[in-house]
Amino acid sequence: MIRYIAIRIALALPTLLAISFLVFFAAYLSPADPVDIKLGQRAAPEVKARVRHELGLDRPPFVRYGDYVWGIVSRGDLGTSYSTGEPVSAFIRRSFPNTAILATLALLVSLLVGIPLGIAAAVYTNRLPDRIAMGAALTGVAVPSFVLGPVLVLLLAVRSNLLPVTGFSIADGTTQPQYFVLPVFVLAARSSALIARLTRSAMLDVLGQDYIRTARAKGLGGGAVLFKHALKNAFPPILTVAGTTFGYLLAGSFVVERFFNIPGLGDQSIASIEARDYPVIQGLTLLLAATFIAINLVVDILYGFLDPRARVGGGSGITPRGRSLG
Amino acid sequence: MAETRGVTDEPAAPAAAELAPPVPGTWTRLRQNPVAFASLLFLAALVILAVFAPVIAPYPFAQQVLEDRQQGPSALHRLGTDELGRDTLSRLIYGARISLVVAVSVEAFVVVVGLLVGLTAGFFGGIVDTLLMRMTDVMLAFPDILLAILLLGIFGSASASPEQFIGLVILALGVTGWPPLARLVRGQVLTLRKREFVEAARSMGATNGRIVLRHILPNLLSPILVAVTVDIAGVILAEATLSFLGIGVQRPYPSWGRMVNDALEYYRSAPRLLILPSVVLSVTVLALNFLGDGLRDALDPRSRRR
Repeated sequence: MIRYIAIRIALALPTLLAISFLVFFAAYLSPADPVDIKLGQRAAPEVKARVRHELGLDRPPFVRYGDYVWGIVSRGDLGTSYSTGEPVSAFIRRSFPNTAILATLALLVSLLVGIPLGIAAAVYTNRLPDRIAMGAALTGVAVPSFVLGPVLVLLLAVRSNLLPVTGFSIADGTTQPQYFVLPVFVLAARSSALIARLTRSAMLDVLGQDYIRTARAKGLGGGAVLFKHALKNAFPPILTVAGTTFGYLLAGSFVVERFFNIPGLGDQSIASIEARDYPVIQGLTLLLAATFIAINLVVDILYGFLDPRARVGGGSGITPRGRSLG
Repeated sequence: MAETRGVTDEPAAPAAAELAPPVPGTWTRLRQNPVAFASLLFLAALVILAVFAPVIAPYPFAQQVLEDRQQGPSALHRLGTDELGRDTLSRLIYGARISLVVAVSVEAFVVVVGLLVGLTAGFFGGIVDTLLMRMTDVMLAFPDILLAILLLGIFGSASASPEQFIGLVILALGVTGWPPLARLVRGQVLTLRKREFVEAARSMGATNGRIVLRHILPNLLSPILVAVTVDIAGVILAEATLSFLGIGVQRPYPSWGRMVNDALEYYRSAPRLLILPSVVLSVTVLALNFLGDGLRDALDPRSRRR
């Protein structure tokens, strides 16, 4: 088991390094000049040259990359914003809690909704509950969050004033639960649908196995077979999905934060793109990618505990998945 | 190991069952599936609208008639006009054109890169396989929206033209789209290259190139077709999302996602502007999903979905 964990961690580190390389050199290759962004196009050449030197932009790219990585590893320093001069970590401190709360609540909701729906669909295959659950799931997959959000707001908030639309922010400490309802629901819709579909197929795979027939043949009741024998064995794939679901939640949070005015990482990323604030874009991208990798690492390790077969094979531990935008 | 435990959106069909090349009767089986066939007809109509948009659309997509803005449906404007007096029906039709251009270009990119990487890795194995798959895994470990946003945010400078932005969207979605296909192709090639007909061809002195082109590639068509159909739904959603966020397709080009974003300011007074592009987008995505499922069943009658 320790060996398995060590291999997983050893595989995650080069991935992280490769991503930092990608993030750094994407900005380096960009046609836009950071000095122009900071000073404006019309600044005097001497001033530009001085600022370029102060920012260290006149050094060779690989030296700058080395510095960038070393700064992160040794001091947690992700650079400073071009537009406000604040360290990137200040942006993260402001926006991370909101995204973390939003994504965690949405993940909980999707598990609580998706798993029971998937089980019901598997038990009543091709009968009414299955059709209803899978129809709902398909709608969840096909209706993007930027459509679901406005439509729900139109129905629930504007027409009947049932729920408040904006006001979700952990940072100011005054947020009440009703502000969470709409954003969390909109964010959870797509992932609930995906978890329901995957739970159904994982359960169907298990329910077709011989040991389920044996359990039934020896006279065990439906409930015992379902929860003790089937769900236990269908659980590892469902767990993996919960990990990849985080990717979907992350993607969805860009839209949901933007739409509901939640000052989180996604909202900040888009704002930084609009301001051409490269260090902030790089820092946030790196942080989100690292979080994604860390969550999948934890899922992989849990998987190793649940399913001993996973500990033997090599395998990359990364599950291919569909596109997460939408 | 990763392949066997991988839970993708589709229930894992046994590898051997998926290997059948496009079998005779596929078309008949597809036609007998009412949902999939209706989806196919809908998508075909959409493609015709998109291709012949300049002929079919009643107005140019960017034509503004400010006196006529925010009008309801009328004989002149069947679906009304938006906040700048542009004809909504025309913009929806041109929006289909944008989606089609993006989807076709992205899938061309995805199939070429995915095939090259997957075929090379699966066929040659060894160190080549290890290196290529490590690279694929790094790409998979990077959430696609982050990479797309990084590329668009950094290269889509304010001076880029709207056409360059569409190119960037295509690049961003192509770059993030090939790894799953490469994985799929590699997995199929690994099984195929051990099959008897490949061994037979080799024993008769066939070259690697001939084996790949004549014996392996034809067997990859079915799974790739299904994967591409389902991925197009993802591409269309992704383009709409990026455009909604303001970093995808730029003005004056109409994108369904952009139209939703533009409508947000007015959705209390004119919910029509929000609902029309939303419905068109969602129905298109649903149809692609239905068609993908139908194709899977039709191409491979042995692995009928439960």
